[in-house]
Amino acid sequence: MSAEMVKQETRQRMAQTDTTKPLVEIKNLKKYFPVTEGIVVQKKVADVKAIDDISFKILKGETLGLVGESGCGKTTTGRCILQLERPTSGQIIYDGTDMDTVDRRELNKLRQRIQVIFQDPYSSLNPRMKIGQIISEPMRVHGIEPDPATRNKRVNELLSVCGLSPKMADRYPHEMSGGQRQRIGIARALSLNPEFIVCDEAVSALDVSIQAQVINLLEDLRDEFDLTYLFIAHDLSVVRHLCHRVAVMYLGKLVEIAECDELFDNPLNPYTQALLGSVPIPDPEIERHREHRVIQGEVPSPMNPPSGCVFHPRCPKAVENCKREIPGLREIKPGHWVACTEVQNLGTQV
Amino acid sequence: MTVLLEIDDLRTQFFTSAGTVKAVDGISYTVDEGETVAIVGESGCGKSVSALSVLRLIPEPPGRIVGGSINFSGKNLLELSDNEIRNVRGRDITMVFQEPMTSLNPVLTIERQLTETIMHHLSASLETARGRAVELLELVGISDAEHRLKQYPHHFSGGMRQRVMIAMALSCEPKLIIADEPTTALDVTIQAQILELMKSLTKRLGVALIVITHNLGVVARYADRVNVMYAGKIVESGSATDIYHRARHPYTLGLLQSVPRLDLPRTERLVPIPKQPPDLTRLDDGCAFRPRCRFATERCQTEIPPLELVEEGHHAACWERDAIVEEERMVS
Repeated sequence: MSAEMVKQETRQRMAQTDTTKPLVEIKNLKKYFPVTEGIVVQKKVADVKAIDDISFKILKGETLGLVGESGCGKTTTGRCILQLERPTSGQIIYDGTDMDTVDRRELNKLRQRIQVIFQDPYSSLNPRMKIGQIISEPMRVHGIEPDPATRNKRVNELLSVCGLSPKMADRYPHEMSGGQRQRIGIARALSLNPEFIVCDEAVSALDVSIQAQVINLLEDLRDEFDLTYLFIAHDLSVVRHLCHRVAVMYLGKLVEIAECDELFDNPLNPYTQALLGSVPIPDPEIERHREHRVIQGEVPSPMNPPSGCVFHPRCPKAVENCKREIPGLREIKPGHWVACTEVQNLGTQV
Repeated sequence: MTVLLEIDDLRTQFFTSAGTVKAVDGISYTVDEGETVAIVGESGCGKSVSALSVLRLIPEPPGRIVGGSINFSGKNLLELSDNEIRNVRGRDITMVFQEPMTSLNPVLTIERQLTETIMHHLSASLETARGRAVELLELVGISDAEHRLKQYPHHFSGGMRQRVMIAMALSCEPKLIIADEPTTALDVTIQAQILELMKSLTKRLGVALIVITHNLGVVARYADRVNVMYAGKIVESGSATDIYHRARHPYTLGLLQSVPRLDLPRTERLVPIPKQPPDLTRLDDGCAFRPRCRFATERCQTEIPPLELVEEGHHAACWERDAIVEEERMVS
């Protein structure tokens, strides 16, 4: 399939999805972690602002990429949606239900529809459980398929869907390679027939040749089971390959969100531009002639973020006003949202 | 260009209860003075072990260098006594490790760790060593060096620790730095900073560099020459352009095709290399890549292909090189 056709397909998909009825809607989400001092009497001295007032939507059937550097809050966002963290404030609305207001039983029901694939295939599988037990545990927890025979059948099915032999059900995780373990993590996530999966750096720990296998698997499953993904990653080329829309985070804030091709062809936030410019391209001829604009400095501490725009100390295009005014997300073009007060004055060149 | 390091038929094995692991199985390559050579491959292909072997840092037992020679400015490093090799490590050949979090000692100040090498190798006084340490920190772009010297590694971020590691590697004016995945643990913007720093410093100071990495983009940007490793062997070596534009080994081709690229139009499918890498305890007499190779023939099952000259400066170890050339012609 040619590149134009791929773009076409993405556009069609975006046109088909009902943008007015998102599957997940995040409104003004904040998550602060308290920093305490003292051993006996603990006193709160500061807050780590892991997520600081972000809002976005995930549409049904789309894959939303969430990118950013370590500590920008992308994983915490995923964990909040999964209800593994309790947000400090803000709302997470899943399919019309505010997850904060539902009672335990209803939350359990919702949880069946939302699953997760973790980054580290080594620590996310219990080493004392057999693969079959690992994959069937979600079913046991939620009381689905109580009959052991049908449950085993389902496990075998899931294993073959994920490209593994059903014989592996009797083995232990230590007998598997990293790629195989990640497939088991995917099979486990699929066991409850979810509609939404949070992939938290799901392919980052894998070698490139295996990574490509798992990316293809994720794509196949998406089409086969009509899944919606939140794909959290730091590898921009993988995100570009897999996602329909991409959101960029920096220091707890959302700085840009747009359709995939639009974001990569026409990044508007200086941070997104810097991020894209930092990715080395596997072609020596191109690299030789590419201008390497390295962005200086490091990500500041989220305990004490800079005033105004959090990116201003590193931003090559910052002006005086950036130190004061906190930029909000604004829709610059249809579907392209940018948080930068100077966006009109910037070129679009990466 | 004079040859600085010449590795010939190096073999490093690990003797484990599961069998003998041939981690490095007869590799040969050279590094010229001031040159940047990359070693590329996936986890477990022996790239790190080959580099650790150069400095004789293989834990023994279970590991042992069982054969070959490593010539470095006229000396065979494998024949040196423990004392002699200690004088090479940290002085003529230094290392930058992957994990800046674990490779610095958390209970010693940066000053202590930086000056230790300088005092040992250059027999400098603490005063001189401290002065040199300040210079080095400034060289690698750490501001307020006097103050930073008194701090401990936990005061530094990941990128800053890697800068300290580089300062340490440069401290005794080495001829060769071996960098084992120097930026893998870092974020992309910091990765770009560290790579630019290493490139400009090695160029300015005329230090040769061996970069071990799995990131093909990093290799393309920084390496003069590239060695691709698979299952303990070098399967292809050549200039960066040879490797990226005229790959003559199916594994190299497979690696290049399996990464999505930011500069090319998006495609629908990636082309992964099928199956898993081999178990290094159970290698047979055939080509180790054969089970995953779409070009494999009968000959590949029984004979290990040697690294042969393809064109000036470009070697590949594959019986079916012509088939690859043929396919390339068909595509273009």
